[in-house]
Amino acid sequence: MPDASQTILSVKDLHSHYGESHILHGMTFDVPRGEVVTLLGRNGVGKTTTMRSIMGVVRQRRGSIVYDGTETIALAANQIARLGVAYCPEERAIFSSLNVTENLLLPPVVRPGGMTLEEVYELFPRLKERGNSQGTKLSGGEQQMLAIARILRTGAQLFLLDEPTEGLAPVIVHQIGEIVRTLKAKGYTVLLVEQNFHFAATVADRHYIVEHGQVIDMIARDEVAAKKSKIEEYLGV
Amino acid sequence: MMTLLAVPPQVLFGQLLLGLINGAFYALLSLGLAVIFGMLNVINFAHGAQYMMGAFGAWMLLEYFGIPFWGALFMVPILVGLTGIVIERLLLSRIANLDHIYGLLLTFGLALIIEGLFRQRFGISGLPYANPIPGGINLGFMFLPWFRGIIVLVSLVVCFGTWFVIEKTKLGSYLRAATENPDVVRAFGINVPLMITLTYGCGVALAGLAGVLAAPIYSVSPVMGSSLIIVVFAVVVIGGMGSILGSIVTGFGLGIVEGLTKVFYPEASATVIFVVMAIVLMIRPAGLFGTAR
Repeated sequence: MPDASQTILSVKDLHSHYGESHILHGMTFDVPRGEVVTLLGRNGVGKTTTMRSIMGVVRQRRGSIVYDGTETIALAANQIARLGVAYCPEERAIFSSLNVTENLLLPPVVRPGGMTLEEVYELFPRLKERGNSQGTKLSGGEQQMLAIARILRTGAQLFLLDEPTEGLAPVIVHQIGEIVRTLKAKGYTVLLVEQNFHFAATVADRHYIVEHGQVIDMIARDEVAAKKSKIEEYLGV
Repeated sequence: MMTLLAVPPQVLFGQLLLGLINGAFYALLSLGLAVIFGMLNVINFAHGAQYMMGAFGAWMLLEYFGIPFWGALFMVPILVGLTGIVIERLLLSRIANLDHIYGLLLTFGLALIIEGLFRQRFGISGLPYANPIPGGINLGFMFLPWFRGIIVLVSLVVCFGTWFVIEKTKLGSYLRAATENPDVVRAFGINVPLMITLTYGCGVALAGLAGVLAAPIYSVSPVMGSSLIIVVFAVVVIGGMGSILGSIVTGFGLGIVEGLTKVFYPEASATVIFVVMAIVLMIRPAGLFGTAR
């Protein structure tokens, strides 16, 4: 158990519902400050719902979610964002009525300590070139880059990235891996939902295995090789 | 054909001006509807009643407090907008997650209540409101009353100002994004529910503004909104539901089409907009500027 000041996010006994369906059944896990942590699991076990619950997008939730010392279970999404949590949704949510620059500048800066626009453009030079294009005219990989890039300016300390590699070519997946490592090097914390374990293994410090809306195991980076067969069994690969 | 060419220019331009003035009101009102529909997904049937409240607001400020037209032009949209904010907070926000039809029925009911209250208090015969700037200028080919020119000018400035705010500013980018995906915009730290409330307030304020402008040229009556709103809905459908530019362009355009019809084939002037609507819907079901959603 890491000590409290070193834990940036602590989820305890989290239950979430969509209408009548009970999706999360007591999720419990900690995210240490400055680490890259993944939630791994099969389709439909509640990984995305966990992200959406942390962000406050799922309103029907109970239990405890403490971000940086603040209990957020009763807060609205906009209040949670203001504390310094940023969300990159699975569907990317690039806005078609906004051009690339407008998409990039949309999320307001909520605290100091974010990247400057120059730093963002250095990481994602394509976004500068395509600034005037309609957001949804970008390729899938570029849209994913934009979805990540736009939250880097906000000053958030915790980034929730929901399946950033889904459906993308290997060269783009590699780039996204580089970005996640850059974020870690800059001291940010990343919580990642992934189906692609091979990608997750290259970037993450620890993995939580999710099944039926609960965390059933934690595997640290240095245990991955030893527990390979167990992980494959969990993920059904 | 000879009679078409024999139309004297005074008649032609006179009707064009009338068409432009009607178009100014169509544009202001359909713009408000478009802004509201885009953000709230509500078809605001109370819009005609809110326009009527604007006209009565101007009349009451003059009658009870001696505040002249120009004061009313600024105060009334704010006051009517505030009533919109109350309506959104108290009523519309509660049905935000339900189907369109609930918003439509709720606002239709509100329109009936508001009209009923004014009818009870003021009757339906209509009240006069003096033209604040009588007179005009002879342009040679026609006579342009000052006040009518000002209506067109105010409407154009307000419409394109609204368009500019929505399409070209940071605030507008929040609005456009929240129209597409309110959850994600909220997750970026933006207070979307507050934005929705203020958007409804602004849309209603536009109706109020149109009402103030209408007070001196139409008679101020409780039913003035309900007779206009049907045409305005046709304009919205032709322009494309929720399209800002579409509502401005079709508002003015259809006003002019209506005016021209009065010159060349007066019998059709009351129906021409609906004929256009039928044709547009056959060719482009989402409207001239609309995108299917």
